[in-house]
Amino acid sequence: MAGDLTYKDMGLNDEEYSQIIEILGREPNYLELGMFSVMWSEHCGYKSSRPLLKTLPTTGPQVIHGPGENAGVVDIGDGEALVFKIESHNSPSAVEPYEGAATGVGGIIRDIFTMGARPIAVLNSLRLGELKNERVKYLLDGIVAGIAGYGNSLGIPTVGGEVYFNSVYDNNPLVNAMGVGLVNIDEIALAVAGEVGSPLILVGSKTGRDGIHGATFSSEELSDDKADKRPTVQAGDPFMEKLLIEACLELIGENLVAGMQDLGAAGLTSSIAESASKKGRGVRVDVSKVPQRETNMTPYEIMLSESQERMLVVPIEGAADKVIEICNKWDLEAVIIGEVTDDGMFEVCVADEVVGSVPVLALTDDCPLYLREGAEPEYYKQHKAFVEDSLAEKDIAKAFLDLLASPTIASKEWIFSQYDYQVMTNTVIVPGAADAAVLRVKGRNKGIALTTDCNSRMVYLDPYKGAILAVCEAARNLACVGAKPLALTNCLNFGNPEKPNIYWQLQEAIKGIGTASLALDVPVVSGNVSLYNEKEDKPIYPTPTIGMVGILPDIDKRQDMAFKKAQDLIVMLGDFSSALGGSEYLYICHGLETGQVPEVNLGKEANLISLLLQGLADKIFNSCHDISEGGLAICVAESALAGNLGCRINLVANQLRKDALLFSEAPSRVVVSINPENVENLEKLADSLDIKMNIIGEVTGSNISCLVDNEEVIDVTLDKARQVWGEALKCIMA
Amino acid sequence: MKSAVVIFPGSSGENDVFHILNNVLDERVDLVWHKTTNLDDYDLVILPGGSSYGDYIRPGAIARYSPIMKAVEAFAKEGKYILGIGNGWQMLLEMNLLPGAVLKNANLKFICSDTFLKLENNKTLFTNGFKVDEIIRMPIASGFGNYFCDEPTLQELLTNQQIVLRYCTDDGRLTPEANYNGATANIAGIINKEGNILGMMPHPERCSEDILGGTDGLRIFTSIINKLKGVNI
Repeated sequence: MAGDLTYKDMGLNDEEYSQIIEILGREPNYLELGMFSVMWSEHCGYKSSRPLLKTLPTTGPQVIHGPGENAGVVDIGDGEALVFKIESHNSPSAVEPYEGAATGVGGIIRDIFTMGARPIAVLNSLRLGELKNERVKYLLDGIVAGIAGYGNSLGIPTVGGEVYFNSVYDNNPLVNAMGVGLVNIDEIALAVAGEVGSPLILVGSKTGRDGIHGATFSSEELSDDKADKRPTVQAGDPFMEKLLIEACLELIGENLVAGMQDLGAAGLTSSIAESASKKGRGVRVDVSKVPQRETNMTPYEIMLSESQERMLVVPIEGAADKVIEICNKWDLEAVIIGEVTDDGMFEVCVADEVVGSVPVLALTDDCPLYLREGAEPEYYKQHKAFVEDSLAEKDIAKAFLDLLASPTIASKEWIFSQYDYQVMTNTVIVPGAADAAVLRVKGRNKGIALTTDCNSRMVYLDPYKGAILAVCEAARNLACVGAKPLALTNCLNFGNPEKPNIYWQLQEAIKGIGTASLALDVPVVSGNVSLYNEKEDKPIYPTPTIGMVGILPDIDKRQDMAFKKAQDLIVMLGDFSSALGGSEYLYICHGLETGQVPEVNLGKEANLISLLLQGLADKIFNSCHDISEGGLAICVAESALAGNLGCRINLVANQLRKDALLFSEAPSRVVVSINPENVENLEKLADSLDIKMNIIGEVTGSNISCLVDNEEVIDVTLDKARQVWGEALKCIMA
Repeated sequence: MKSAVVIFPGSSGENDVFHILNNVLDERVDLVWHKTTNLDDYDLVILPGGSSYGDYIRPGAIARYSPIMKAVEAFAKEGKYILGIGNGWQMLLEMNLLPGAVLKNANLKFICSDTFLKLENNKTLFTNGFKVDEIIRMPIASGFGNYFCDEPTLQELLTNQQIVLRYCTDDGRLTPEANYNGATANIAGIINKEGNILGMMPHPERCSEDILGGTDGLRIFTSIINKLKGVNI
């Protein structure tokens, strides 16, 4: 395959090619051209997104390392920090779902332990098409099995996540994986190249021809011939990764490492360039030293291979032998493939012959940036003009059951029971039990909470407000389990940014993330961009997935969503709303994806979060669950099902439509249950924070009943509701 | 008494078991590298769960050739006690220290779930703290949890009361629905004829603390400790 691609095939345009010639003062050879093309791809170079990403707030007293490292790092007290990041593996998963998703987990975990942190949890955020489509079922089946196969084998629990189904993802599934690690602050490792003369040690798997140009391929639109690109999808070996984790953490624990970098997108080229660029050093690599899985590999193939489970280690002075010895103890190959130089050049050799030479900084810092022009799309105003008054009345009881059976709302047990969510014995709130996962930190009173969120239909209808909603929902989810939100990571999944309407979505969404992140004091500490998610000109919904971490000062005060006790009062915190725009109800019951995205008041959201944290600290709440897809009715039903206790809700319409009252997805609202003797305490607290509270019913019986103005609109037994909600996804996938 | 928890390349349950013995029960316990060849210091060896050697070929098929396994075999012959959990049980099957084999789960998927179990034999070192036919709750997490043995072996297991744990409903019925992975006769754990080697699919170390939502697993460990300490005193 070597030698037959033009610079255009490699994803570079005429101007970029001219720029390379200018930098080198000559035409690049094939190897050098390949190196530029992968480093200047959107995936590695962020050429369309970097100018926008620069606007995000990234600092705060809790932030130890923000964007620019392999993952973000936040202080959680006691000399400990959380290391976390979310990353996409969308295009590989569209082609080969099992391996694509598996290697997505592998990649994000490497980012975590590269920083010296012990990986303690994985989450994922999935978007798939409609499950009536057989190929979508095949994709979901493979993606879930791939995440399970890799994560379970590593012995790292998959503790949470989310999945939405919509036909816009039929051909473009999204697989975003979030890795979380725990590290002692004084043991954080960074990607620096060490001193001049330091050896570069390649550890782990042999290098094969898999994944060559993966970074380029993921920065293009999907086309029908993409199936032919199967060789660019890598195969994962979780066993090798597990050995790498243990070996690398031992190396760091023994203080042998000056710098460490995993080999991800763009393989050796990227990891070496990124290491060397941090200190303005150069490097000289002898590709003939790289252990190879296949024969007759060219320097081009070796430098661009994306074979998985490889690490680059730069030892401190005199530690190379010890590093190799520890790797060998773990049955890992560890070979010196080059050294750090002082001339700023990235020199590739075969033994003594130089076969490529480019300035390191040209690859990393000279990547062209594009400040594109966004244009508001036609659809935006049309959807905003939609008014709920025109909607036909629907049978509320039927709508309620239809929503419970919607795959986006229905129980995800079919998915999470395939993940080992308990290994490491820290998971104290398991998947499906609450709005966020909670992990204990052994030997401490504190706990950590983790979540991923994004309602992309809302983002599509209004990228600015939709992105704010995603950040708010993540923060609210953490608060519902008792955790103070600390920081976030984002994975920006969008269509082709060269189209003004898509670029506008990207601009608006990033602006929204920035606004919400500032208002709620959750800085952005890491992230990843996945653009060009479209096929045949049909883009996905803009999907800026938010991963957020929070801290519980006292793990014993955590809370889940389950009703606990009959006669407890059910209270809604927040306002009733008439907003149905973008709701699951409109989609499932009216076949509409339209409307005005509900207003969000960031001050109110912050107050609601304070209220939840205070109420949980005071042990007022016996359950907490935020109102999201399916609205108030589904929220209450989920708490009832989780606790296996019925409830009776009685609402006053006050001129609102019944369907809006029950199914609106307006933000900043939470349903809690409380012991009746705590009403006064809660009133005081809610008053002081200017949050409305309404006692809407009580925990009672074995039915889920809702009345509006004393007229019964929903009355379903728990058994019936459990059957509908619990079996929906299982039946479709059986 | 002192326990050894073996670390195999790729295994992951060793730290969870170590945590229970060391931090929760304050017992003497070592994590032992799989290249160790001497187990003389120990009264109990625990083969932990996880994916030793990536579960390649079959779960436990490669680990059974680890250098430590010669010592484990000798340890077994001496009548000393061995507990295999999940992947550890699979190793014991591969070593023929326990009869039968495991297959892929009947639904062909990995299953992580709480299970109800009927404790059928409390006259073992590992289960003396339970009542016979008591219904307990422990989680499973495995892709190959589907225990299989042929009919004569099953009869032998029954005759000798070697079936220690079976999957059941919350009220103790041995139904197919309660048999998560499709195991022969709902079997979740068996002991050898001599009574010194227990293999089980559920993870007792994952339900040994209140904060994890259950402590039935802890009683496996306290059963062993109480008996061994009684014997040694």
